[in-house]
Amino acid sequence: MYDVLIVGGGAVGCAVARELSRYQLNMCLVERGEDVCVGTSKANSAIVHAGFDAAPGTLKARFNVEGSEMMEDLSRELDFDYRRNGALVLCFHEADMPRLRELHQRGKKNHVQGLEILWGDALRKKEPALSDKVYAALYAPTSAIVCPFGMTVALYENARKNGCQFQFDTAVETIERTGDHFTVHTSRGDMAARVVVSCAGVHGDTLHNQLCHKQYHTVPRRGEYCLLDKKDGKIVDRTIFQLPSAMGKGILVTPTVHGNLLLGPTAADQEDRDSVATTAAGLDTVTATAALSVPGLPMRDVITSFAGLRAHLAETDDFVIGESAENFFEALGIESPGLTSAPAIGQYLAKAVAEKLRAAEKADFDPTRRDIPHLREMDFEARAALVAENPAYGNVICRCEGISEGEIVEAIHRGARSLDGVKRRCRAGMGRCQGGFCSPKVMALLCRELGVPMEALTKSGGGSYLVQGMTKEAQA
Amino acid sequence: MKKVQLAIVGGGPAGLAAAIAAREAGLQDILIIERGEALGGILGQCIHAGFGLHTFGQELTGPEYAQRFIDRVEDMKIPYLLGTMVLDINENKVLTVTGRETGLIQIQAEAIVLAMGCRERPRGALNIPGTRPAGIYSAGTAQRLVNLEGYLPGKNVVILGSGDIGLIMARRMTLEGAKVHAVAEVMPYSGGLKRNIVQCLDDFNIPLLLSTTVVDIQGRGHIESVTLAQVDERRKPIPGTEKVIPCDTLLLSVGLLPENELSLSAGVALDGVTGGPVVGDDLATSVPGVFACGNVLHVHDLVDFVSEEAGRAGRSAAEYVLHRRSAGRTVALRGKNGVRYTVPQHIDADAMADTVTVRFRVGQPYRGAALCAWAGDRLIRRIPKRILTPGEMESFPIRKADIPADCDTITFTVEEAAQ
Repeated sequence: MYDVLIVGGGAVGCAVARELSRYQLNMCLVERGEDVCVGTSKANSAIVHAGFDAAPGTLKARFNVEGSEMMEDLSRELDFDYRRNGALVLCFHEADMPRLRELHQRGKKNHVQGLEILWGDALRKKEPALSDKVYAALYAPTSAIVCPFGMTVALYENARKNGCQFQFDTAVETIERTGDHFTVHTSRGDMAARVVVSCAGVHGDTLHNQLCHKQYHTVPRRGEYCLLDKKDGKIVDRTIFQLPSAMGKGILVTPTVHGNLLLGPTAADQEDRDSVATTAAGLDTVTATAALSVPGLPMRDVITSFAGLRAHLAETDDFVIGESAENFFEALGIESPGLTSAPAIGQYLAKAVAEKLRAAEKADFDPTRRDIPHLREMDFEARAALVAENPAYGNVICRCEGISEGEIVEAIHRGARSLDGVKRRCRAGMGRCQGGFCSPKVMALLCRELGVPMEALTKSGGGSYLVQGMTKEAQA
Repeated sequence: MKKVQLAIVGGGPAGLAAAIAAREAGLQDILIIERGEALGGILGQCIHAGFGLHTFGQELTGPEYAQRFIDRVEDMKIPYLLGTMVLDINENKVLTVTGRETGLIQIQAEAIVLAMGCRERPRGALNIPGTRPAGIYSAGTAQRLVNLEGYLPGKNVVILGSGDIGLIMARRMTLEGAKVHAVAEVMPYSGGLKRNIVQCLDDFNIPLLLSTTVVDIQGRGHIESVTLAQVDERRKPIPGTEKVIPCDTLLLSVGLLPENELSLSAGVALDGVTGGPVVGDDLATSVPGVFACGNVLHVHDLVDFVSEEAGRAGRSAAEYVLHRRSAGRTVALRGKNGVRYTVPQHIDADAMADTVTVRFRVGQPYRGAALCAWAGDRLIRRIPKRILTPGEMESFPIRKADIPADCDTITFTVEEAAQ
């Protein structure tokens, strides 16, 4: 029996696991996917929001501001990519100024630091690529960008190092209260735990409704994005928002921490909880709306487009966080600003669970974790020394991103089992050719390091096989 | 720092021919730097025949064609590095190089031949909507998996794009036991060579669906089907023409892009149409001592022309190191009225060979047209053409003797047939 079973290996689940691993608890995280960071956490805007958007007094406002304040230190402690680049919320018409001022006031109430409204020349000096139709903008210097994969994987690795177990390919089907504990029925058998922490993203309502009186319903809200080549990553330096609407923060234009340019998301509610298909209409909306903020975006430089689902709740616009039923803790309805809030939610829930279980802190908790070396960011001497020490770091596999065999092997040793797992950990296949050249080579490395045949490899777990078999032997 | 007179970036057909020609022109100190595990570049996976008709007068497979050049390089004892990648070239012609054997080192070159080749345009560049399942490969990636690694991606295949690699892979997948349901091409004509359409599609009864594209991809873990639709003249899908085709593999053959990241780092000016460097008739780029050839310069149909072009680049590089000739009178070349671009983009009217072959592609198919070269309003040369198509690169020989003394620009045009 586990003391704690965490359901869901996204940013929030991994943050809970990492914070709870400070305590002397026997715990396990179960994830339906083949890896951490395979749901909402992998397909979002990758923004650490400053916190001016959420209504004062809400959980969203609280955890957003707390998470934003924690993020920089956390990125150093756990070594993931983060950059405080600032954000601008654009206002195109004088008539909309009351809404911009309201956002400004809301930010002040939420204790967001450094907010100011900028006009004309001051604005264009900061971001020369902005449309000349922009009337004014709210500047939020504390807004930042982060690598969502990097952050989630870092939390996962640190939790694992501190004793949390992880079980993948395990979908929770039902939860049942049996005596003083829970019996959790999963796709891979039953598990018992004294406390359950549900961080199940768009599936969170299913678990909640089995144990709680007040019922919630997730309405997955699809957001589509386009990612542009690194040569366009400097078109803007800050994250460029438009005035928010009832459906969310609107379509942004932002550099990513890795130097690409990201456009999106759209917002369309859907029934399906798994489908992350893009649509022609959605991608057209991204293109047209982003162009209002920054005209002349080079859309022929798009290297990929994708969609993610936000776990929006029909009954509330806020997060639901806490002990929703005896010994059942949850983070429900974690839509934007969920990525920003994740570290703060993790800290809050971990404290609550530890108090409930009267758990003592570990003496040997190690809060640090180092990332896989980023060779292309090293100076010549440091890189040469690393290559001299281990020649695999000299062998470039992914030519577009400049990722070496050494980095890929390290990603596999740290838990990547699929092409996407490798890609999210070290960026092999994430560049302008989108894995055209390197995927057969990464597949060969996965086979070598994991000791499995090619036929067993997947793009992203489950049925996503990559080859059907040897030529002339493959059967239909 | 290691020094070399001529560094050749890339050991594919272009790099090999350039190295051989430079050595034949008297240059001793040459180094070929190849990122793959063998010389020959992409030819290694092109196991079909059809290479070498122009160069050797016989049909060779890709590996056989490459081996003839590799053997010459070995005979001439031209040094090469394998599994070694150039990470950067700076404006002083210092190459930063990494490899298992070399470690991370810098090399100072006197001259450089850029021969990095090209890459395939990925799905993202087309923004095809739908899911992002496994089973979608660019045609060249699938070619590598099938021909070099020995694995079949799937058995029920749809191919988007009728570029030559897509056509070749339609035949290959069929020969390996897969069923190719269709080759869809968004344009009203194929982007591949006529001979490939006949030999790879027609001979195997594989339908080529023109003015058709993929408008949706279905399947979560693995691809399950694609939706094809016809497109109008502006390439917009026509509602009501959608057709779902079940498949387990989608191959993309939707264009090749010269791979010029290193050219940019060296400060080389690029041509907006070709995506490759701007060069003169000696294949010199805008940076003195840096030359370019092969698919990094512009995407070719036939390797024979790559070898010929690369030979010229190698000779020019050797001449640059050994003699440093001074530049003569520059005549700009440009395409107009259906001629999309020219390579080279300019010639040296004094130093040029008696005849320089100018290569380009046309923007649309023509029948019974003619290609014309003009010096101002004077027609220098007119070559009648029964068929012109964007899928086939044109070669237009310009004679030194035909260039008027007062001419600063030669314009190439398509003269359409009278209605």
